[in-house]
Amino acid sequence: MSAGAQVATLAAPAVRAARGLWRDAFGRLFANRGAVAGGAVFIVIVATAIAAPALAPGNPIALNVSQSLDAPGPRHWLGTDQFGRDILSRILYGARTSLAMGLVAVAISVAGGAILGLLSGFYRGGVDLSVMRLVDVMLAFPGILLALVIIAVLGPNLGSAMIAVGISGMPVFIRVVRSATLSVREFQFVEAARVVGCGDGRILVRHILPNVAAPVIVLVTLGIPNAIIAGAALSFLGLGVKPPTPDWGAMLSNGRGFMTTAWWLSTFPGLAIVIIVLAINLFGDGLRDALDPRLKL
Amino acid sequence: MLKYLRTRLLLAVPTVVLTSAIVFMMLFLIPGDPASIYIGEQTATPQRLTEIRHVMGLDRPLYVQYADFAWKALHGDLGRSLQTNRPVTAEVATRFPNTLALALAAMALAAVLGFGLGLVSALNRNSVFDSLSMMVALFGVSVPVFWLALLLIMLFAVRLEWLPATSQSGLRDLVLPTVSLALLSAATLARLVRSSMLEILRLDYLTTARAKGLRGIAVVFRHALPNAVIPVITAMGLQFGSLLSGAVITETVFARPGLGKLVVDSIQNKDLPTVQGVVLVLALIYIGMNLLVDISYAFIDPRIRFE
Repeated sequence: MSAGAQVATLAAPAVRAARGLWRDAFGRLFANRGAVAGGAVFIVIVATAIAAPALAPGNPIALNVSQSLDAPGPRHWLGTDQFGRDILSRILYGARTSLAMGLVAVAISVAGGAILGLLSGFYRGGVDLSVMRLVDVMLAFPGILLALVIIAVLGPNLGSAMIAVGISGMPVFIRVVRSATLSVREFQFVEAARVVGCGDGRILVRHILPNVAAPVIVLVTLGIPNAIIAGAALSFLGLGVKPPTPDWGAMLSNGRGFMTTAWWLSTFPGLAIVIIVLAINLFGDGLRDALDPRLKL
Repeated sequence: MLKYLRTRLLLAVPTVVLTSAIVFMMLFLIPGDPASIYIGEQTATPQRLTEIRHVMGLDRPLYVQYADFAWKALHGDLGRSLQTNRPVTAEVATRFPNTLALALAAMALAAVLGFGLGLVSALNRNSVFDSLSMMVALFGVSVPVFWLALLLIMLFAVRLEWLPATSQSGLRDLVLPTVSLALLSAATLARLVRSSMLEILRLDYLTTARAKGLRGIAVVFRHALPNAVIPVITAMGLQFGSLLSGAVITETVFARPGLGKLVVDSIQNKDLPTVQGVVLVLALIYIGMNLLVDISYAFIDPRIRFE
């Protein structure tokens, strides 16, 4: 038997165990009613966002001043804004912006966090020290402040907001991937891979990365709602999506001027944010409990 | 203990240096000529720009410029605002008390609510109250601060007319911003206090405490709580940071003249020296806060002192 085949035989139980872990996790996830409800609501929101052109009763951008500030009723279920634009249509289209914001920002966090975390945990020493200093510095800018620094540099628009939110979310991914890598690199299958001649790149991508995936997946589900809120906050502050693009944060900001006369302007977009964030949080909490009941994030 | 303090203080130095370096580098990371950025909307001939570069020292090596920036910052000189032409330090000093009052009030409210809800939930695990308060906590982490603030304004300022919709510096003005800012932190703390208490309540030494006949209250407050607060204190340090940055949004909604509103206005007005000044001050406060949290561990948990 060649050395490669021996290693393959040695590695086989680990692969089977990993499949078992995922099956068990899905079993636990589907038994959690909150998580199932959250996941279902999220799927419905994604579907409505995709089907927005078919579902929206009106054009989300076209002005129609004759129907300005119509209260919610049979003609406009959620009312209209000061330019006569249908709020429901803008919320449906706004879901696209919010979802794109959440997904792109978290993708940036994951990509950067995984690369830096893997390198830091795998090579340790100087690489680890530099990456950890970088994390300390990023964490020295609390919450939205790092995003504000990045936006001040890149200029306020949707792309900058995505990059800003993505980079500010990176430290937690770096830390989690690093600590998981530190423990995984000590396993025998990593040593075995090295013995059969695998290079660092292959070991990192094929052997370590799949084994640090579970906490990263949990972080992704908990990171998306945070990114959606942060993106909406930036648009609310006038530092993200620019008018007339439909966006929940920008719609809320617009509603501030009409709080005494048109409550629906600032009520419904906020409710939309709460529903999507609550749904993903419920799902994420369930997923965390399902993947590792001891995991604390 | 002194050694522990010294190590912690020394570890904070590189973070402070790197943070200030990033704030300094903002000027050079913005696309365009730093001299043009500094003169803002005004136009200038190439010759005038060269003069400005020389006067501002932008023609010197980068490390010399950083050393100059850091030296001046240490002496309280953060440059002048491009909007008002006042020293940035003066702008920061005028508004800092408003942000500090808001962050402290929100921290106090969040601590009371978070500890209260978390403790009662943990002690009545799986009861109706537990599920209810954890639902409130989940709702709390899912509601955006800016929306909650708008709802509070619509209810208490517009409809009931009990409290002002904008916030200046009085106590009455502080109520609505504090409530909207505190909810997220309260929810996070409640979840953490609950899980931390549940973990501790399972331990053997508490069974012993109960077995020797201690009353429930003494078991909780004398034996369980001191051990459960350590992770909570870390979280509170971090929460203080999110309250400072949360003030960016709350102050904008309530038009409260604090550092948060100043930084947002300055980004919109491309007033870079003010943005740099406020960001640096907020980051340094946060680093200081985390240092205090680290040091407080040593007082709470003697094991850390002797490590």
